[in-house]
Amino acid sequence: MIDVNIYRYNPETDKFPYTQTYSIKKPEKDIMLLELLNILKEQDSSISYRRSCREGVCGSDGMNINGKNGLACITPISQAIKKNKIELRPLPGLPVIRDLVVDMTEFYAQYDKIKPFLQNETEPPAQERLQTPEDRDKLDGLYECILCACCSTSCPSFWWNPDKFVGPAALLQAYRFIADSRDTKTAERLEGLSDPFSVYRCHGIMNCVNVCPKDLNPNHAIGEIKSMLLSNKKKENIIVSDGTS
Amino acid sequence: MENYNSSNIKTLEFDALIIGGGGSGMRTSLELAKSGLKTAVVSKVFPTRSHTVSAQGGITCAIASADPNDDWRWHMYDTVKGSDYIGDQDAIEYMCSEGPKAVFELEHMGLPFSRFDNGRIYQRPFGGQSKDFGKGGQAARTCAAADRTGHALLHTLYQNNIKEGSNFLNEWFAVDLVLNQSKEVTGVIAFSIESGEVAYLKSQATVMATGGAGRIYSSTTNALINTGDGLGMALRAGFPAQDMEMWQFHPTGIYGAGSLVTEGCRGEGGYLVNAEGERFMERYAPNAKDLAGRDVVARSMVLEILEGRGCGENKDHVFLKLDHLGADVLNAKLPGICELSRTFAGVDPIYNPIPVVPTCHYMMGGTPTNIHGQAYKQSNGADEIISGLFSVGEAACVSVHGANRLGGNSLLDLVVFGRAAGIHIQEALKTGGGVADAGRDDIDQALDGLNRINSSTEGFEVAEVKRELQSVMQNYFGVFRRGDFMEKGVSALNEIREKISNLHLQDKSMAFNTSRVEALELQNLFEVAEATAIASFQRTESRGAHARDDYKERDDKNWLCHSLYDPIQKTLSKRDVNFEPAQVDTFEPKVRTY
Repeated sequence: MIDVNIYRYNPETDKFPYTQTYSIKKPEKDIMLLELLNILKEQDSSISYRRSCREGVCGSDGMNINGKNGLACITPISQAIKKNKIELRPLPGLPVIRDLVVDMTEFYAQYDKIKPFLQNETEPPAQERLQTPEDRDKLDGLYECILCACCSTSCPSFWWNPDKFVGPAALLQAYRFIADSRDTKTAERLEGLSDPFSVYRCHGIMNCVNVCPKDLNPNHAIGEIKSMLLSNKKKENIIVSDGTS
Repeated sequence: MENYNSSNIKTLEFDALIIGGGGSGMRTSLELAKSGLKTAVVSKVFPTRSHTVSAQGGITCAIASADPNDDWRWHMYDTVKGSDYIGDQDAIEYMCSEGPKAVFELEHMGLPFSRFDNGRIYQRPFGGQSKDFGKGGQAARTCAAADRTGHALLHTLYQNNIKEGSNFLNEWFAVDLVLNQSKEVTGVIAFSIESGEVAYLKSQATVMATGGAGRIYSSTTNALINTGDGLGMALRAGFPAQDMEMWQFHPTGIYGAGSLVTEGCRGEGGYLVNAEGERFMERYAPNAKDLAGRDVVARSMVLEILEGRGCGENKDHVFLKLDHLGADVLNAKLPGICELSRTFAGVDPIYNPIPVVPTCHYMMGGTPTNIHGQAYKQSNGADEIISGLFSVGEAACVSVHGANRLGGNSLLDLVVFGRAAGIHIQEALKTGGGVADAGRDDIDQALDGLNRINSSTEGFEVAEVKRELQSVMQNYFGVFRRGDFMEKGVSALNEIREKISNLHLQDKSMAFNTSRVEALELQNLFEVAEATAIASFQRTESRGAHARDDYKERDDKNWLCHSLYDPIQKTLSKRDVNFEPAQVDTFEPKVRTY
């Protein structure tokens, strides 16, 4: 038997959140945590959590698993069970709507703020804009973000200033467009991040890198933005990262 | 719970309403965002959680990058042949000829396509592709962003919707269509999943962009959210569905988990082997081998397994071999597959083959539409446009995929027809097209389903009934079908309908009640499953993905046509296939070999 301790809160009936323990026979197969949640939901249909692709690409089921953020659908229970227990809580730092479901408004607002779309003022050609494979390689490790919010909600700087610090997820995307040879708004993008909060509240704690379920490195992207801000470094000088820092 | 009626819910009014925030819905909304019309995208998940995100290998289109002489007419030929000749040739012509424009638009929007050395978009070979109308060998026509093309496409579309200021009702669930007395569609009943608040979303144009329904099967590559909601709503409203017997089983779903492994693996040089280590596709498709049509490859795999040459302890799967491609190619071209395979098969494809099995993947059928996304019904055997209702993407049957879709054609379908519907709706509404208001009774009637589930005090458990439904579909309507089995399946579904009408919603709470959503989704799944079962049983031939042991041959004399399922009578009729493209000669049906 294992104990699955789940954070429960229903705004209609609960004044305060509480932890509910579900004792369940340990599945013989090493299933994913999401599958375990689905089994529990068959026993107690009131448990609420988000899920969609069940293969780690849609970013719906980010949650706090034994104190560390991750995606339930690609976390095997063998990794999650500690001393016959699993602790599941909502992503930290965001308002809880119900159980494991958080209100992601602030997270998305930061994403919107960095203008997460290609800007190029020149008239597009009749075909595609050309881009060398080397320039395209600079987007690897950046564009793959699934907006699960595991990184931003593990970041103490984001907890303190979710309205002013852009946070690792949106900064990774800010850099994705800065690094894109087709984007012509590098200067404006950097200018938009030059205040004391947007980027500079990152103190290199590295929780973002530690939790990213896609093995991306927001810390490296933030470092690049900072150094571009300091040196007025030009886009041409961006080199391909190997993803480690 | 108190019953909802037209006077205790609020009405939100729009010019155009798009149900679904995947690729087709967001391409439609992007077109409409620039129009000044009041538009909303209603999505049950945050848009980037939609199933388009899982598409991997690419978007097939004759942009003449890999081959400067490539021609959209060759792409059209392949698609018509792939469809086993029941794809509509006017629609296929439109998709293939407009395709390059739509793909270049995506690139201009920022989609991070992989590149060739000359800086143009990277294209890889995919199944069923040829040069020179089948005479020039294998083509490489699938534009790719590594093996994450769907993710890149969906995020790019969402990003550009932010840029254009599109209006989203995220985590809202659409329950049922509202029809006025003339049976025009005037919007939907929907509720906010977060708050539970119910509203009548009133609109002059309602676009179903709700994707597929792969969850009717127990084993599927589809996301948990693919429950055919739009089609379910249309069927409950009495509108027909076309070619519902045509379900694609993707050759390479990961054994056990069901996750998709892109056809791009075989495009990059991977191949399938049986337990004897034999590359068996050489026997079934001597020319195209592993890049034959998906229906052909899936059937060959099942035959290998049935004849005892399956792999593993239970001899119930085959292997996809990739290790000979080397770590560099795999890491550069197929990084997502390596990740998925390690997570869900416990196998690193750089060293070992991936266990795979044909897995339900795509619904070729759907709501019949024209190239503008306008939905059709038939009265007295003649097509009639359903005023106010549109459908795009996998939910629609326009029909460009006919009896079998070619890999990479679904992403193209999304952007070409999403765009076309947006353009048409703009023009139509600006020139005064629209629908008459629905009355109070009409709205009350559309609330009936929601009220019924909310007032249930006893009945059947959603999870149990869903499992039962999925196993009936899996057992009786799989890769190979047989009349007597399907008859059993149809009668099993009759029994399940009773349960579907008597589901028990235990949790009646308002805030983020996912069990209410799941109960309503199951009702949609059932409608789609029933349409599939009846259409499959009645099409007495084998064509494309519909393979019958008791009718092994294609029967052009009787079945070179669409099937049209009438949900009220539960009967099947025939609808003509379009053989009249505007710019090229008709592609006449031929024997389909690869």
